[in-house]
Amino acid sequence: MEWFDSGWGLSLIVFLPLVGALILAAIPRANEAGIKWVALITALVTFVLAIVVAVRFDYGSAAQMQFGTDLPWIEAINARYHIGIDGISLPLVVLSAFITVLVVIYSWNHWPEPHNPKLLMALTMILATGMTGTFIALDLVLFFVFFEVVLLPMYFMIGIWGDTSMRIVPVVHWEIELRIYASIKFFLFTLFGSAFMLLGFLALYFKSGDVGANTFDILQLSELGRAGVFTGAFAFWVFAAMFLGFAVKVPMWPLHTWLPDAHTAAPTIGSVILAAILLKLGTYGFIRILIPILPQEAERWAWFIGLLAVIGIIYGSLACLAQSDMKRLIAYSSVGHMGFVMLGVATLSEIGINAAIIGMVAHGVITGLLFFIAGSMAHRYHTRDMNRLGGQMILMPKMGVILGFAAMASLGLPSLAGFWGEFMSLLASFNPLPGLDVTVFRTFMVIAAIGTVLTAGYMLWMLRSVNFGEPSAEWKDHEFHDIDKFEWMAWAPLVVMTIAIGIYPAIVLGATNDAVANLVAKAFGG
Amino acid sequence: MIDYHAILPEIILAVTVLAVLVTDLVTREKYYGAIVGMVGLFAALIPIFTLSLCDDLEFCTGSLPRELFGGSYVVDQYSLVLKGLFIGAVFIVLLLSIAYVESDRYYEGEYYFLLLAAALGAVVMASSRDFITMIVGLELVSGPGFLLAGWRKADEKSNEAALKFFIIGVVAFALLVMGVSLLYGIAGTQLFAGLATVPADVAAEPVFLLGMLFVFLGFTFKISAVPFHTWTPDVYEGAPTPVTAWLSVGSKTAGFVGILSVAYFAFPEHSNLWGPLLWLLAVLSMTIGNLVAIKQTNIVRLLGYSSIAQAGFMLAPFGAAAAAGADLQEAFAATVAYLLIYAVMNLGAFGVIIAVGARVKSYELADWSGMYRWAPGLTVLLAMFFMSLAGIPPLAGWFAKLAMFSATIGVGSWWGYSIAIIAALNSVVAFVYYSKVIKSTFFDGVPDWIDPDALGRMDLAPTLRVALTVTAVLVLALGVFPGVIANLSRFTAEVLASGF
Repeated sequence: MEWFDSGWGLSLIVFLPLVGALILAAIPRANEAGIKWVALITALVTFVLAIVVAVRFDYGSAAQMQFGTDLPWIEAINARYHIGIDGISLPLVVLSAFITVLVVIYSWNHWPEPHNPKLLMALTMILATGMTGTFIALDLVLFFVFFEVVLLPMYFMIGIWGDTSMRIVPVVHWEIELRIYASIKFFLFTLFGSAFMLLGFLALYFKSGDVGANTFDILQLSELGRAGVFTGAFAFWVFAAMFLGFAVKVPMWPLHTWLPDAHTAAPTIGSVILAAILLKLGTYGFIRILIPILPQEAERWAWFIGLLAVIGIIYGSLACLAQSDMKRLIAYSSVGHMGFVMLGVATLSEIGINAAIIGMVAHGVITGLLFFIAGSMAHRYHTRDMNRLGGQMILMPKMGVILGFAAMASLGLPSLAGFWGEFMSLLASFNPLPGLDVTVFRTFMVIAAIGTVLTAGYMLWMLRSVNFGEPSAEWKDHEFHDIDKFEWMAWAPLVVMTIAIGIYPAIVLGATNDAVANLVAKAFGG
Repeated sequence: MIDYHAILPEIILAVTVLAVLVTDLVTREKYYGAIVGMVGLFAALIPIFTLSLCDDLEFCTGSLPRELFGGSYVVDQYSLVLKGLFIGAVFIVLLLSIAYVESDRYYEGEYYFLLLAAALGAVVMASSRDFITMIVGLELVSGPGFLLAGWRKADEKSNEAALKFFIIGVVAFALLVMGVSLLYGIAGTQLFAGLATVPADVAAEPVFLLGMLFVFLGFTFKISAVPFHTWTPDVYEGAPTPVTAWLSVGSKTAGFVGILSVAYFAFPEHSNLWGPLLWLLAVLSMTIGNLVAIKQTNIVRLLGYSSIAQAGFMLAPFGAAAAAGADLQEAFAATVAYLLIYAVMNLGAFGVIIAVGARVKSYELADWSGMYRWAPGLTVLLAMFFMSLAGIPPLAGWFAKLAMFSATIGVGSWWGYSIAIIAALNSVVAFVYYSKVIKSTFFDGVPDWIDPDALGRMDLAPTLRVALTVTAVLVLALGVFPGVIANLSRFTAEVLASGF
């Protein structure tokens, strides 16, 4: 297994889906069974490889980069194919591979219109490459490339299979289809952020030349950052540029406005991937790049990040209360949940960053499940309008129970996965990194705690209007088929994970703890 | 003693140009001309390789740079790479042209003759180190361009394009020659090396500066930088599409060769003057080109404005480094890298446009909508090339952007930072119109007046197939392994290090 541990394993996880996409391109469009199987086998093999990595991972030295390799790539600018995995990225890589499998299974008999399994599966595979690639890249240029690779497939997913209802564009008052509006908005926002992020990367590259060779290497730059090479106005502007890139992706208030549109417009599997993985690319960037490379600047910006995070929590929750579209409600709930993740990051403490990672995983699992359910419900009711829904416990009791479960997990019920991220994030804000303003962060804690109440409020309100009561006249005599076997196969693993992480959070924290402790100790001197 | 090895590519090309004419005389199969041309182009590539790798070859003597004719013709790393680019570009354009000119009653032999003559002119320009040679080369590029733009004789738009191109081209040429005569009058030389070393008091004369300004403005037309860009969309739209492909790549690159050579070889001491000028032209080109492109509904016009904006991106490192008085080598390499990648992706984009245009008989985006239903392969290629132009990884265009950003940020002053930020914003704006093509072809439905079944059955000409395959493979390969481009552009920048 020498070959596996020295880069091949991770490279396979990243590029196998791409190979799958190429095979898919060669299969005739009519051969749907072949397309499904190729997609499923690719996703499964990738997932198994990810599990092998997780099993062979040396948890004793989770702070070290493992399974990595470091090869020359673009020698002229010293960009390298430097990959590796540590306790922070491990859960996210596994989560990406995991969600990809579920998405393929769910697609087995849920093809959005216009029906084109070949293209949809090929795009899903390319997305998988971009997502896992971002989590293992240890070179800024490589990171940038993977970070951008996910944009096009998602753009196509929203644009082709997205919601065709009409929507008025703000300011100019054109009326266009939601899918068109949402896809371009998603792309432009992200591109805007990542263009500046790239400028930040380049600035770091040139600055690193002052003390040795110019480098894009994240680990080397982190060392330089710790040694205090990046300071002053330079550090401020670089932080600002990269902050923009990651904050759009998370998304943080007030850069979040692409999210509700994109999530609502995307086809079910698009929403699931967006929520479960793509948002994490942003938070991961904060943890992997911003904080280690510019630690002093991170301390200076901490209150600002925390402030945006709590605004996001409150804003997301209040916006949820105003929605009647179920998918849009779940989308806004993501803004709130990512607010908790970012609040954890902003505290810059061990507990806070651990909270962020477990929050990311939990949000991926739970919100992924919620979007699956919302998609399946919309498939059956042909509407997402909660004012028209109701009495699901009578119409489709199994669906109702699963929705109830997911909603409870989402609002942070103890013993389910969502609880740990929120709880630890609040805990961390009570006691942020020494040197940060305790009063400010405790204020944030109080506000965020109010946010948890609001979260519970809108989730219960959604349950009441969708699940409970008597079915309206519209649905009363309608025959619904309850959850089918493909849905069970896609959802059951998520339910199991939600419970497992809830009861035994060490599944995630066992991997992250040492790595985070090391990160914080290195960046802020313990 | 003339170094014949050094000018072997030009000799082979000149022979090829004549051979194409003769072929046209003796054969009825007019496309034989194109085949002769392609063989000649291949043959011309061989000495380019032997010249570049001369140090490693046993039979080869001499090393770069090779000076000829008293320094007015120089073969160095920079000129070789660009000659390779021109030959490759015209090769692809020939492949794009054959099916097009065969499809209707066009003069065919003459078409290939003129195209290859233009290529010869561009190749000559790459080595020119004095104004006379440069002007001869430039006219050899422009003259065929004027004629080819009007090749669709029965089409009013094509006539208009030819006339517009001609008049504006002549005005630009007049400006250029006026500038050169002023320079010659005051400095007594028209050799670049001579102009670079004129005494300081002469170099500070207003006449000298005016001459320099005229020279730069003359070339600015050629690269269609704002404010001398107005001809671009009309000519692009009116000219036969393969000709447009040549104009947007070959002719434009020739203009860049002119600007690069003049700036770095003739006026390196005046970089504090032309630097800000080019900086401003870059900002204007990218901003105005991008903003106006958003409104376009015709895909060729859209690429016209895109080419204006791209010219801005190419000028950016150049202007910023010179304005800031920084090391010019990085900027030079970045511009060359951008030119190389731009050539590949733009030719690919035009290849798809020609292929689709042959079926739909229209370049209006509205007629192309829903194209994915009837030509999925071509539509995917179209998306690929357009996304590459937008600079989305892992398609080659991203590295062009990276090189550009890297060179501007690397300048280390506000000249660089500011233009990097402006370029970053512009690359977001550019996506708006590049994605419009994707939206229309992938997301929208097929209009009533298009019969998808009939169009879907039509075949793709084999030459087009080859051209598209080559450009598509290059766009992907160079996107994943951009080191090749980086090394090539570094190689060209050695010219500056060696003191020229």
